[in-house]
Amino acid sequence: MSRAKETQQVTDAVEQALSFAKAAGAEAAATASIDDGQTVACRMQELETLEFHRSQQLSISVYQNQCKGSASTSDLSKGAIQEAVNAALQIARFTSEDKCTGLADASLMATEIEDMDLYHPAEHSAEAAIATVLECEKTAMDFDDKIDNSEGASYTSSAGTGAYANTHGFISAKSGTSFSLSCCVISKDDAGMQRDYWYSSERKIDQLDSAERIGKKAAERAIRRLSPQKLSTREAPVLFSADIAKTLVGHIFSALSGRAIYQEASFLLDQVGKSLLPDGIDIWEEPHLKQGHNSSSCDREGVATSQSKIIEDGKIARYLLSSYSARRLGLETTANAGGTRNVRLTHGEKNLDEMLHSMGTGLLATELIGSSVNIVNGDYSRGVSGFWVENGEIAFPVEELTVAGNLKDIYAGLVEIGGDLDQRGNFHTGSWLLDKLTIAGG
Amino acid sequence: MKDTVSTSDLLQQAALTEQHLQQLMGILSGPNIDDADIYYQAARHESWVLEDGIIREGSFNLDSGIGMRSISGEKTGFAYSDQIDMSVLTEVASNARAIVKAGQSGSLPNWHQNEKITPLYQAKDVLSSMDEDGKIALLREMDAIARETDSRVKQVTASLSCVHENILVATLAGNLVADSRPLVRMNISVIVEENGRREQASYGGGGRFGYQHFIDNKLTSVYAKEAVRQAVVNLEAVGAPAGGMPVVLGPGWPGILLHEAVGHGLEGDFNRKGSSAFSGRIGEQVAAKGVTVIDDGTLEERRGSLSVDDEGTKTQATTLIEDGILVNYMQDRMNARLMDMSLTGNGRRESYAHLPLPRMTNTYMNAGEHNPQEIIESIDKGLYAVNFAGGQVDITSGKFVFSASEAYLIENGKVTTPVKGATLIGNGPESMGRISMIGDDFALDSGVGVCGKEGQGVPVGVGQPTLKIDQITVGGTEA
Repeated sequence: MSRAKETQQVTDAVEQALSFAKAAGAEAAATASIDDGQTVACRMQELETLEFHRSQQLSISVYQNQCKGSASTSDLSKGAIQEAVNAALQIARFTSEDKCTGLADASLMATEIEDMDLYHPAEHSAEAAIATVLECEKTAMDFDDKIDNSEGASYTSSAGTGAYANTHGFISAKSGTSFSLSCCVISKDDAGMQRDYWYSSERKIDQLDSAERIGKKAAERAIRRLSPQKLSTREAPVLFSADIAKTLVGHIFSALSGRAIYQEASFLLDQVGKSLLPDGIDIWEEPHLKQGHNSSSCDREGVATSQSKIIEDGKIARYLLSSYSARRLGLETTANAGGTRNVRLTHGEKNLDEMLHSMGTGLLATELIGSSVNIVNGDYSRGVSGFWVENGEIAFPVEELTVAGNLKDIYAGLVEIGGDLDQRGNFHTGSWLLDKLTIAGG
Repeated sequence: MKDTVSTSDLLQQAALTEQHLQQLMGILSGPNIDDADIYYQAARHESWVLEDGIIREGSFNLDSGIGMRSISGEKTGFAYSDQIDMSVLTEVASNARAIVKAGQSGSLPNWHQNEKITPLYQAKDVLSSMDEDGKIALLREMDAIARETDSRVKQVTASLSCVHENILVATLAGNLVADSRPLVRMNISVIVEENGRREQASYGGGGRFGYQHFIDNKLTSVYAKEAVRQAVVNLEAVGAPAGGMPVVLGPGWPGILLHEAVGHGLEGDFNRKGSSAFSGRIGEQVAAKGVTVIDDGTLEERRGSLSVDDEGTKTQATTLIEDGILVNYMQDRMNARLMDMSLTGNGRRESYAHLPLPRMTNTYMNAGEHNPQEIIESIDKGLYAVNFAGGQVDITSGKFVFSASEAYLIENGKVTTPVKGATLIGNGPESMGRISMIGDDFALDSGVGVCGKEGQGVPVGVGQPTLKIDQITVGGTEA
């Protein structure tokens, strides 16, 4: 289906839902989306799966006498939308009156909906996609004799169109595409098997990493893990590689989320204006980036977004609020309904090798597994694998370890952020060098 | 006797006929197609949330659609649609069939049911098994009990959720099966505060029964008091130890150990591909003597149970490890066929929009003969872990983790100080070999498990008696 036709369909669906809600005398907000996609995967140089995805959804929230009800349906027919609105209205008869609930203030709605250049459909036949995944996996399997087995290579292309509208008269619609290519292979030696992967994900197909590069990187990563050792329990500096350092940014955002704050369930309660990271570090959102991973003129409530700092010079600048959590806290929404958008951090210029030399002797963590992360008190403990580093050089791979500490100490102990940026996804960061964590081993 | 749903009930609900299914199967099948299926699912879901003493949110969701697949050797073609309309479904079937080039269409199956299915739960709509006032009363009761239990309780969030799904599976061989699956879950999360220190804990449970089960078993009180108890314990917790040591796991939910350390590694797909640390090891000793692990989808009204799996296969109790020896894997139809092994009823999918995979149902370890007290007394210095927040495994290297949320030091044969949450990490086959004592206090979990694999979540159960593992790494801060 064409983008124009889908845009019409989701726009009609949200308007239809709002008209039913208004007829019942309710304020309301509705979203609708249509997503299409294809996945092609091969394994051991044979086509393995060919999948066609197509899904649609409409969600409605109604507010009647400050009682909220929500419903959703995968059927966008008029009858199904009416049923969903009725179900939401029915639920609102049983939820409690809550003076903080409702739409975001009309005055905060985005007035200009910019085209963020997110839609780049590609004419890519199934045959071409199959050739790409075969090449990607072949590169990995031919890379070294130690690559013994494969979980395959996979290519996904998808396109989606969504609309949001509310009874302030606000409506916006946008479309976006995304493409990804991944490869996962297994290496083997006398000590056992190791698996690792690599992937690329972009809005434009021609910005994807080449099949060859992804296959090679997956193979290198699987091989370098062979014959891991355990470490004895110790305290040491830890360098989180860029792809997993993102999780440390994520924990800050969980602790600054409006719900965690109004529930007083955050280790960052009452910390606005106080230091969290070392001086000189900023973390900010860039919601209006062209072709960004998560670009949008408005948040999930229609509130205008803008470039804005969350951490400024190491200090907490603000919470991440929706209109509801803002009202609970007596503050203004920060246009973070639905999360953060295109997060960027201050970083240095060092590549990974230079970061290893900055660390000297310590642990390079390249994979996290499991999660004991307590946002209420900041206690942190996770399974980890990676490499022991001596005098700035990788000495040997390690596994079956944990790293633990308290998040406040971990953030205060940030030594530097590398220039080895991982630019996939919503958070772009380099590797993080932390001065000291407890490493538990055998 | 339990209510059931018939295939004709569901066809009528979808506005389809047996002839329509034949037509679609005709497109999906043909030369070189080894297997194919059509999966219809209609799910109704509701949830209610109480926060700060008020019913803050409620939602209702309706999701229905059809997924179709054609399989040739190890190749799978898959497509789905949430529009149930023959013109759309015909195109969906052609897309799935595109996995193998051209060829004429297959013969039309005569629909029948392969074997008699004994329903393990009621087909009666579970969303309407209680009126809205009754559901809200459950949440208010948990809130009130939690606050009455301890004055240190500062925040309570209580939730109730329920899904009732009807599924219909039609296979290439002509098996046509329907199932109607209720699933309810009630949960409470509390925050307690004392001298400026705040701790959180949550507890809950559920299964494939109606809301009345929570009232009949006084579970509002059980769940609320248990959440408060755990949170209060954590107010006293000190930093967890760091390093390798003996660990005693409590009964029930700590069975997540089995799910991660061995369960995933015994799923048919990984073993067919040779990517599991347990691949090619049937008949070998993979756990200590005395360890018997079973995956059982037939337990009545349990969260992980299914009368029939998502491929139309009757579920069963499958012994995976018997007295330490690996005896079987868990299979879906495709992997059983490719490995020339028997079906075990483990073909599961999150929804019509996902492909079936070999998945666990309720996975547990049988009881042994030791008194739990005797197990604790056998340890000079170690950890006693009784509640967990979750786990994860790398099935290739065998490394697994699980996150303790309630644990205590064992000192000189006694359970002493509570310690903070910490990750436990080990190697699956190695840790199973280090199980040295098995308790006589077998228990199943309360019905909260969600298992994730390849982006698909399905409800599961676990269970075990108290266990001693001689050495596992505890990821605390106190070296």
